[in-house]
Formats: sequence, C-alpha cells, structure tokens
Amino acid sequence: MESSTIVGAERKKRTKSTIVLIVLALLIITAFVVSMNTGFTKLSPLEVMRTLFGGGTAKQELILFEFRLPRIVISVLVGAGLALSGCILQGVSRNALADPGILGINAGAGLVVMLFVSFFPTTTAAPVFLLPILALIGSGFAAFLIYILSYKKGEGILPTRMLLTGIGVAAGISSAMIVLTLRLSPEKYQFVATWMAGSIWGSNWKFVTALLPFLIILVPLVLYKARVLNVLNLGDQTASGLGTPVERERLILLAAAVGLAGSCVSVSGGIGFVGLIGPHLARRLVGPKHQFLLPASALIGSLLVLVADTLGRVILQPSEIPAGILVAIIGAPYFLYLLSKTK
Amino acid sequence: MNSQASPEKHNPDSPTAKIHTRPWAATLILTGGVLLLALGMALSISFGAADIKLSVVWKAIFDFNPELTPHQIIWEIRLPRILGGAMVGACFAVAGAIMQGMTRNPLADSGLLGLNAGAGFALAVCFAFFPGLPFMYIIMYSFLGAGLGVLLVYGFGAASKSGLTPLRLVLAGAAVSAMLSALSEGIALYFRIGQDLAFWTAGGVAGTKWSQLEVMFPWVLAALIAGLLISRSITLLSLGEDIAVGLGQRTGLIKLIGLIVVLILAGTAVSVVGAVGFVGLIIPHLTRKLVGVDYRWIIPCSAVMGSLLLVFADLAARMINPPYETPIGALVALIGVPFFLYLARKERRTL
Repeated sequence: MESSTIVGAERKKRTKSTIVLIVLALLIITAFVVSMNTGFTKLSPLEVMRTLFGGGTAKQELILFEFRLPRIVISVLVGAGLALSGCILQGVSRNALADPGILGINAGAGLVVMLFVSFFPTTTAAPVFLLPILALIGSGFAAFLIYILSYKKGEGILPTRMLLTGIGVAAGISSAMIVLTLRLSPEKYQFVATWMAGSIWGSNWKFVTALLPFLIILVPLVLYKARVLNVLNLGDQTASGLGTPVERERLILLAAAVGLAGSCVSVSGGIGFVGLIGPHLARRLVGPKHQFLLPASALIGSLLVLVADTLGRVILQPSEIPAGILVAIIGAPYFLYLLSKTK
Repeated sequence: MNSQASPEKHNPDSPTAKIHTRPWAATLILTGGVLLLALGMALSISFGAADIKLSVVWKAIFDFNPELTPHQIIWEIRLPRILGGAMVGACFAVAGAIMQGMTRNPLADSGLLGLNAGAGFALAVCFAFFPGLPFMYIIMYSFLGAGLGVLLVYGFGAASKSGLTPLRLVLAGAAVSAMLSALSEGIALYFRIGQDLAFWTAGGVAGTKWSQLEVMFPWVLAALIAGLLISRSITLLSLGEDIAVGLGQRTGLIKLIGLIVVLILAGTAVSVVGAVGFVGLIIPHLTRKLVGVDYRWIIPCSAVMGSLLLVFADLAARMINPPYETPIGALVALIGVPFFLYLARKERRTL
C-alpha cells in the first residue's frame, strides 16, 4: 500500500518535471521567434516564417540566415553548455555556489583566446576551429591549477577552499589579461573588450560548426552520468559504499564541465552566472534528481542567454549590450540572494 | 620586548587573550621604514626616461631652479607621481588593516570586498556622463561608489543567519564586484571610453598631478588621524565584540567611524590609482606578524609599509619593460594572488 503511494508520488513528480521541460522548450521557441524579429531591421513574424520556408526576399534571407539565425543558435548552445557545466560543478563539489565563472575556468579560457586574438587576425577560417581548442587548453589549465592548489593531503578538495582558490586564480588571470589589453590597438581593444564582456560575437555558422562537436560529445556523456551525480550528492562515503569509484567519476565529470565551459566561452566570451542561475532555478522547478535537473538546467541556460542577447540588441539601439553584462546584472543579485539564504 | 613572544596569533575566543605587541619592532619599522621610503622615493625620482643624478634630485627639491629642465621634470612629473604612490599605498594598507581588525576577517581587503569595483563604477559614470569633472567631485563620487559597494557586500553577506564568515564575505564581494564591473563595462562599451578606463583600472600613478594631491591630502590626512584615534578601540574589537562591549566600548560608533575612514581611504586611493587590489590584504598581515596585534602600532606601520610597497612597485613597473609601464595593479596581484591563496588554504571555517 505504502510503496504504491511512493510510486504514485514519484510518477506525479515525473509528470510535473516533464511538463516543466516542455514548457521551457516552448518558451525557448517563443524567444527564438521574438529574437528573429528583433534587431536593426524589423521583420514581422509572418515575414520570418515566410523566409524560413524559402519565400523571402534576398535581403530578408541574408539577415535571417547569415546574421540572426547563427547568433540565436549559438546563444542557445552556449547557454545550455554553461548551465550544464555549472550543474556538474555544483553536483561534484556539493557546493551550491559553484559556477565556471566564479571558479576562474572562464578566465582561463579567456586568457588563451585573448592571447591568440592579440597576436593573430581573427578573420581567417582556420582559427575559428582552433578557438574552442585553445579555450579548452586555457580552462583546463585554470581548472588544473585550482585542483592542485586546493588539494590537501588527507583532506582532499574542500568546497570552501576550492571556491576561495578559484576566486584567487580568477583574480590572477584577470590581472594578466589587463597587462595584455594595454598593448592592443584601439580597434582590437574594442573587440577584445566586447568579447570579454560576454558578447555573442561569433555570429556566423562557422562558429556553430566549431562548437557543435564538443557539445555533441559532452552533452550525452553528462546526461548519461546523471545517476552518478545523484550518488555523488549523497557524500563521498555513501557513494563509495554504493560501489561508485568516486575519484575517477569526479575527474571525468570535472573534465566534462571544463570542456563544456571552455568551448562555450571561446565563442561567447565571459558570460558568468549562467552556470549558477540555471541549475538553481532548475532545482526549484524539478527537484534534485539529475535526470531532470540536467536537461532543465540546460534549457533554462539557453533561455537566459537567448533572452539576454535579444534584449541587449534592443535596449540601446543602435549599439548593443553584450549578453554577459545583462546576465551579470541579473545574475549577481540572484547570487547574493542565494548567498544570504544558504547556511 | 620579548621578540620571540608566544604565538602572535590572537585567540579571539578567549577573553584572557593577551595583546601581544612589540613596540620595539614597531618603532624600528616606523623609523627604518620612513628612511627606506625616502630612499625609494629618491631612487624613483632619479630613475626614468631621463635618468637624473641623485645630487640633482636633492638640488631640485631643496634648491629649485625653474630654468633647468631636470628640475622641472622632477617637480612637475616625478614628484607628484611618487608622492601619489606613497599616499595611495598608505590608504589601501590602512583601509585593509581597519577592515580586518573590525570584522576579524583575515580576507578583508578593499579589492576583494567590492569597494574598488564600486569606486570604479562611480568613475565610469563620471567619465561617461560628466567628462571633465573637477577632481574634487570625482573623489567625492568615488567615496559614494565605494560606499555602494561595501553596503551591498555587507548587506547581503550579513543577511543570513549564520553571519559573516570569511568565505561568505569574499563570495559576496566577488558577486558585487562582478555586477558593478559589468555595469562599468556596459557604460564603457557604449560610450567607447573603454581603453581610457582600462588604463585607469590597470592601476598606475603616472598621471598624478599636484592639483590631485592637494585635493586628496586633507581627506587622507583626516582619515589617517581618525584611524589612529580609534586604533585602541579597533584592537579591542579585534578581540571580539563581546569583549569590546564588556570593556565599555561603544562598538556601534567605532564601527561607523571605522567604516567612514575605510570609505574615504579606499575611495581616494581608487580615484587616483585605479583598482589596485591586495595591498590591503598583504600589508596588514605582514605588519601583524612583525609588530603584534595592537592596532595602535599596526595602523601607522601599515601606512609606512603600504607606501613602501607602492613606491617600489611603481619603480619596478617602470623598470621591467621600458619604455612601457607595466600596470601596477597587475604587479601587486603577482604578489597578492599567491598570498591570498596561502591564506585561503589556511582558512578552515566552512560556508
């Protein structure tokens, strides 16, 4: 009798979570359509639809397919990647405030990309595919540094120390970046500043194709590891007791988180807080089970970046506000709110 | 005094904790430090694009001849720059010392806690909306900006039941800094004043003018004196709020004065040199190690050591890669980050 009510509650939860996921997906589609319409040249929804199905003028096609669509796709991908990365980091460190931006992983990716940008022109085709890899190297380096510095014999990685170390590493990397910025010509500076502020700058299909392979490999892997994350959440001892090779799984998951954050940052620049807010809102909506938490985080992240990027194009026309700035302006107060709530 | 005095680490939980001080060490730092500072300043004045002999430096200061170019370089460019550096160093260090003493938080520093970012935000607003604002007003807005930063950090950090742990404060500081910098960045990008601000944010005393120093000086002096006046109370606060109250301290008043002093010091410093972090973190720790835990000694000694750090950092910044100047902020971070990491490793309290 009792077990059947538990099963019933479980089923109810599942239905609710599924509904949440569907609603989020619908919201993204709505934002998608709205974002297609917004920009310097207005296109009505009808015109968008017509163009999408091949009936638009050459100019409309150009605007839609060459400018807006890749940018929207990238916003969605980057948002999902960063939010997933944050979700993993929070699960692995069992610290609700972990986020690739706060931990300095974004900064590491940023440093390498910036080094590259300041020494090479960015318009050629090859670097586009190189960028995610370079960013990965940078973020991997930062993550490695944080891991080494916060590891203590006998105690392992304490979440507190990891967060503080991350903040320190981020501070070090940003001061290195400041030194680099001063050497740039004004045009390059403007470009780098926009990039660092978290602008979806790589708005053409090349960047989509450069980013996609990483996500195609990493997202399924992460979703597949949802159960492991659930177990890790119970604490190291319980997890090992249940037969999970804790250290190994943790390393795999961390690597996946770093990979996601690094490749996304290479095209979006320093968008912080998505990895923090996405998982938190998701947890409110679908609870702590990673089977639902991970996809919900990804969807919320996508929605957030897409909306921020669209708003950024509208607020101060004709200039644009980078999505990262808008996300930080919303994200930082939310972070502070969470901070004041956590024990 | 007994120089190998028992652990200087103060034990705030024990009401019987004795205040270990080393007046001799402190006196040595004050006199030796000031001498070293004078030497550093002289070196710094003589070193530069045009090297000037120390004897000429001496002459320029005590027997100024406006006809001579070296004398003019010294008076118009080098001297204000160096005095500015010394003043700013003292400001950051004393602000850090007071914050650490009042909050009993080893990680307190104006850079980490959002004051610098707040002052920076105010500066971005000034640059963008009121170009050509007199320095007097820029300083005032910097105070306000620093105040905004600290208000946000402490407000959110203290809002929770478990209170202000070091980690919580640093996290709140990181988030507030991120938000205020995002706002500054947005303003900078929109008004295309980014690189101007970046040069400023990178931290440098190169462009300091006499007119700025004149505006700064009274504020800094008043704040330093006020800091010294409340230094005894800060020592007691650093032993714990209960003890301070038990000993008849009006802790609310002291904290208010301390906060105002910190805002003035950090705001002024940031408005001159940009967001140089970590000075307020490193110097008070070093000073505490050297002179003990009495803030009557810590505050003046921090001022001297902070000045020393910035004067020599500025000298190094010019020597590393001439004729380019390495940003001072980056240079100090080079020492500051490892130091922060070291402290973070020792920090055991959890969220």
